[in-house]
Amino acid sequence: MTLLDVRDLRVSFGRRTKVVAVDGVSLAVAPEETVGLVGESGSGKTTVARAVVGLVRPDSGAIVLDGQPLGRIGRRPAVAHRAVQMVFQDPRSSLNPRMTVASVIDEVWRTHPVTAPDGDRTAALHRLLDDVGLDASVARQRPGELSGGQCQRVSIARALAAKPRLLVCDEAVSALDVSVQAQVLRLLVDLREKHHLAMLFISHDLGVVHQIADRIAVMRRGELVEEGPAADVLGAPQHEYTQSLLEAALELNE
Amino acid sequence: MTTRMPSHAGRTEAARQVTRQPSLLEVSGLVVDLPGPSGGPEIVRVVDGVSFDVPAATTVGLIGESGSGKTMTANALIGLLPDGAETGGELRWRGADLLTATPARRRALRGHEIAMIFQDPLAALNPTQTIARQVGEILRRSGRPRDEVRRRVIELLDRAGVPDPATRADSYPHEFSGGLRQRAVIAMALAGSPALLLADEPTTALDVTVQSRILRLLRSLQDDDGLAMVLVSHDLRVVAHVAQQTVVMYAGRVAERGPTNEVLHRPAHPYTRALVQSVPAVRTRTAIASPLPGTPATPANRPSGCAFHPRCPLARERCKVEQPLIREIAAGQWTACHYAEELQGVRHDPA
Ligand SMILES: Nc1ncnc2c1ncn2[C@@H]1O[C@H](COP(=O)(O)OP(=O)(O)OP(=O)(O)O)[C@@H](O)[C@H]1O
Ligand SMILES: Nc1ncnc2c1ncn2[C@@H]1O[C@H](COP(=O)(O)OP(=O)(O)O)[C@@H](O)[C@H]1O
Ligand code: SF4
Ligand SMILES: [Mg+2]
Ligand SMILES: [Mg+2]
Repeated sequence: MTLLDVRDLRVSFGRRTKVVAVDGVSLAVAPEETVGLVGESGSGKTTVARAVVGLVRPDSGAIVLDGQPLGRIGRRPAVAHRAVQMVFQDPRSSLNPRMTVASVIDEVWRTHPVTAPDGDRTAALHRLLDDVGLDASVARQRPGELSGGQCQRVSIARALAAKPRLLVCDEAVSALDVSVQAQVLRLLVDLREKHHLAMLFISHDLGVVHQIADRIAVMRRGELVEEGPAADVLGAPQHEYTQSLLEAALELNE
Repeated sequence: MTTRMPSHAGRTEAARQVTRQPSLLEVSGLVVDLPGPSGGPEIVRVVDGVSFDVPAATTVGLIGESGSGKTMTANALIGLLPDGAETGGELRWRGADLLTATPARRRALRGHEIAMIFQDPLAALNPTQTIARQVGEILRRSGRPRDEVRRRVIELLDRAGVPDPATRADSYPHEFSGGLRQRAVIAMALAGSPALLLADEPTTALDVTVQSRILRLLRSLQDDDGLAMVLVSHDLRVVAHVAQQTVVMYAGRVAERGPTNEVLHRPAHPYTRALVQSVPAVRTRTAIASPLPGTPATPANRPSGCAFHPRCPLARERCKVEQPLIREIAAGQWTACHYAEELQGVRHDPA
């Protein structure tokens, strides 16, 4: 059974000098499964993520959710738009600096009325904040008054407010300090279970991906070079590129 | 407030021998005060009583989370602080006090005996000048003839691992990849034949494969050329790989310091232990660490007593009121924790 099916995706940028960012990527994510996407910078990970949530138009190929091909974000049926949510790398700049946390969440409820709580909105907001480990007092604050870890929790709350089925996390913990990184990873894993989420988890940190992913796909220059169960890809890599990534990765204990 | 090292109780004779090798740089009770936000009356003590030694041909790793004062400490060593900064404590370079040295003497040290490289190689390079010109700058200023400068520049680029240096020397920074740029910056730092290199997050902006090559270069500069280094990084894996000594900072203070092997494998501070536990393994699957509560304290908002107490699993009443002085818990390993002996696996030589 497949939730998300990325079929032979191609994305390029620029008119005269064309940069082919994604060059024929196929990738499937089952319900409640976490797929890790790794590779060096510029390999096309972010572009795949942006295509999946409908922020870039592919040259060719398809993004299929529950058997239904999806277009750009504005053209998606409400149900599909809601079902795929993204958490970005930079916790601060992915939030509007002028909006309070309460209005960030309220905007989601206005965009997707079916997700809006029937009864007490304030109570629902506080439940949501509690879900991501934030104090209710944060509701009145703006991103500038919050730490990086808190901003990332707000981004996660914003994504969750839409009641998604697939969470796309693009370097969602990379900008965080290690002690805060562990908090956000724990949170993602707990929420994944509680809300039966599937995840496309992108990171250049192989260790973090190994902790969270069921399967791992490795990208190089716009192509997938290897894909399989996490333990196989990082334990016994087949492709020489994966091997070279692993060779270069440092371990604390060696 | 200048914290002095307490007496060396509990050391063995052998340890005393080891620690007596002369240091290039001795930092003791270093304090940096910055003017508060928007020039307000309050000052912020961003570095608060930091002490460590840098022996010749040794790499000292400075680790800690964002805002813990790593960069401010490194910059204070070379006298590169923001306007209005006040420095206190003692910095001894080959035995002579640096903080009271004349500005001319400090300028002379900078770039010659002590050189610095930063996280962002692009910021360190001038986009309008060739690599050769920038690497050769310090040599030209010392009045060396042109062809000798050229020869030396090519040697330096070669030493820093720039391929085909005779041709590449005439490139501009934008023609270099990130890794090559960092090599050019390293060549530039080596031009003054320094004894100490301060490297602030030198590989943070680079991909893993490039990072591992740059780290190999830094290691060989130490092993083969006898360069001493202060390596600032938030990445414990980088420090574990390169540094013999490690200093762990928290909220502008030293939490723990000592031989890297001991600090990272038998930490004598609950904060170090938490950091170590939160680093995932790559080749094997590790469980996500049980995270510390809360967020890192900053110098502007430093909790009373032990700055780590609001997040510390071992904290008790005393920790809220009494700042732990740094003390030697085992030969060469120093901790600023009242209850370090309670940590599992920690070495402690009772006094
Ligand atoms: N130019 C400045 N003016 C005022 N305060 C500053 C300035 N630069 C840094 N600070 C403050 O000094 C403290 C220590 O900063 P520092 O840059 O040394 O941290 P760091 O450990 O290097 O962090 P990072 O890992 O983010 O580089 C922080 O609280 C920071 O906000
Ligand atoms: N909006 C854009 N305009 C032009 N080129 C882009 C754009 N986004 C990405 N690219 C290019 O596409 C390639 C893949 O980038 P990206 O998907 O961001 O990689 P990654 O996330 O793996 O670092 C790179 O060469 C990048 O420069
Ligand atoms: S002094 Fe107290 S609060 Fe500080 S690290 Fe030790 S036990 Fe924890
Ligand atoms: Mg990216
Ligand atoms: Mg810094």
